[in-house]
Amino acid sequence: MIESLFPNVEWDSMWEATLETLYMTALSTLFTFILGLALGILLFLTAPKQLWANKIINWLTGAFVNIFRSIPFIILIILLIPFTLFLMGSIRGPNAALPALIIGSAPFYARMVLIALKEIDKGVIEAARSMGATTSTIIWKVLLPESKPALISGITVTAIALVGYTAMAGIIGAGGLGTLAFLDGFQRSREDVTLMATILILIVVFIIQYIGDLLTIKADKR
Amino acid sequence: MIELKKVTKKFDIGKSMLTAVDEVDLSISTGEIFGIIGYSGAGKSTLIRLLNSLEQPTSGTVEINGQVITAIKGAELRKARQKVSMIFQHFNLLWSRSVKENIEFPLEIAGVAKAQRGKRVQELIELVGLAGRENAYPSELSGGQKQRVGIARALANDPEVLLCDEATSALDPETTDAILELLVDINKRLGLTIVLITHEMYVIRKICHRVAVMEGGRVVELGDVLQVFQSPKEDITKRFVEQVADSGDTQETIKNLRELYPTGELVKLVFLGEQTEKPVLTKLIRSHAVEVNIVQGDISHTQRGAYGTLILQLKGSEEERAQALAFLRAEDIQAEVMQND
Repeated sequence: MIESLFPNVEWDSMWEATLETLYMTALSTLFTFILGLALGILLFLTAPKQLWANKIINWLTGAFVNIFRSIPFIILIILLIPFTLFLMGSIRGPNAALPALIIGSAPFYARMVLIALKEIDKGVIEAARSMGATTSTIIWKVLLPESKPALISGITVTAIALVGYTAMAGIIGAGGLGTLAFLDGFQRSREDVTLMATILILIVVFIIQYIGDLLTIKADKR
Repeated sequence: MIELKKVTKKFDIGKSMLTAVDEVDLSISTGEIFGIIGYSGAGKSTLIRLLNSLEQPTSGTVEINGQVITAIKGAELRKARQKVSMIFQHFNLLWSRSVKENIEFPLEIAGVAKAQRGKRVQELIELVGLAGRENAYPSELSGGQKQRVGIARALANDPEVLLCDEATSALDPETTDAILELLVDINKRLGLTIVLITHEMYVIRKICHRVAVMEGGRVVELGDVLQVFQSPKEDITKRFVEQVADSGDTQETIKNLRELYPTGELVKLVFLGEQTEKPVLTKLIRSHAVEVNIVQGDISHTQRGAYGTLILQLKGSEEERAQALAFLRAEDIQAEVMQND
């Protein structure tokens, strides 16, 4: 029955494309998480009256985040072609999509990290200081655990956005479900392929959302 | 134990400078419960934060147990802070950690080995009366229980000084009493020096040995709690004292009482310390012919003893009344005839 609804779908290549999408999403989410967290913490700590209050670093970090967050992703990919070529040696395939995916979404996540950190009660940080905590202890044992639910829900939103970005990257040849939907589906007028790719992307998104919500609830002890 | 010398703290508030603490000199001795009272904006929050260097003074020095806390920083300061711990109005517990883990936090900071941490946490839980709630999260605790966790956490590294920042201001009266009793208990058992700030005279009366009254960044009155309650000098102090005791010496009350008790003579007695425990009235009534009627009375207990006032209506001949007064004065009680003029 499925065969008759999707006559043109080649299941092997569909599965392969799904794995590529998952691969790109997973890796870019991981690096976005690390880079975004670092940028967000830097933005937070260098803000006025914070532990590392520093106008220049705060301004520079803020400018970097704002610029890269504002460039439309599809344009960012093109702008980053020389950088990608230098870093990855190619501009085709899943790995080549990673630099643009990470640079495009890390600033977005950094903003969410900053919002999450600002939500932390200042008194808790003061309490940790009054106990003689170092800044690194405050980061690892106060800032991160106390903002954990917001950090998780933030990375969930970012990961879902990244699934969308991988599809866009697919149009310029990154592979994955985006490439499949565009090249095999759209350009060859096989609507069933486009539809199947869309369904699979939706399933991936729902699974990410479900896992994210579950982890957020589990982390929240408030 | 704690010495503040000409400590001033100014804040830059854009157009001008705000002097939060203005040339404060204070000397607090070991084992003392020292209270600082003032309305909000009086500078007491800033002052208490100068004691553990959460705020740096603009000028002046703070010395704690021989160490000039205002002169050190970095690792040395962090080490010193472990001996000057703090509890807060809003408890400031980590919601992501259970009771046990919250109390363990300062021990982790101090680098205590895991095995010893567990043992110490258990002791502290017993000390503050939280046995059975070890694994609860702060969101599952009442305000009083949260403050107990705060206290246990503050005591973890055996501090010499405990700073209390409005520690009972967010609690209901009953819980306030329980927490204050716990603080007194800790003070006695561990010989800990306690410095607390509050806007409630009740807290001062209940647990403090000495009190400083702050207004506009300055300490305007300082003394033994009993003495300050008995004879407040500054207007602001009088207002604070009135918060907890209607001392009955405002003109209006006297007039009021006069109207209620037009006959005889109204006499105000002031008891201090151990006098409150002597059966003076019984003796007076047994040995004198005057008629005694209690009009108003109030006894307050402080850590330095009790104090109280009693207003009596004495009826009898002039001679009898004079004898009664002479007897009371011989018993070392301040007795004055209340005039309304």
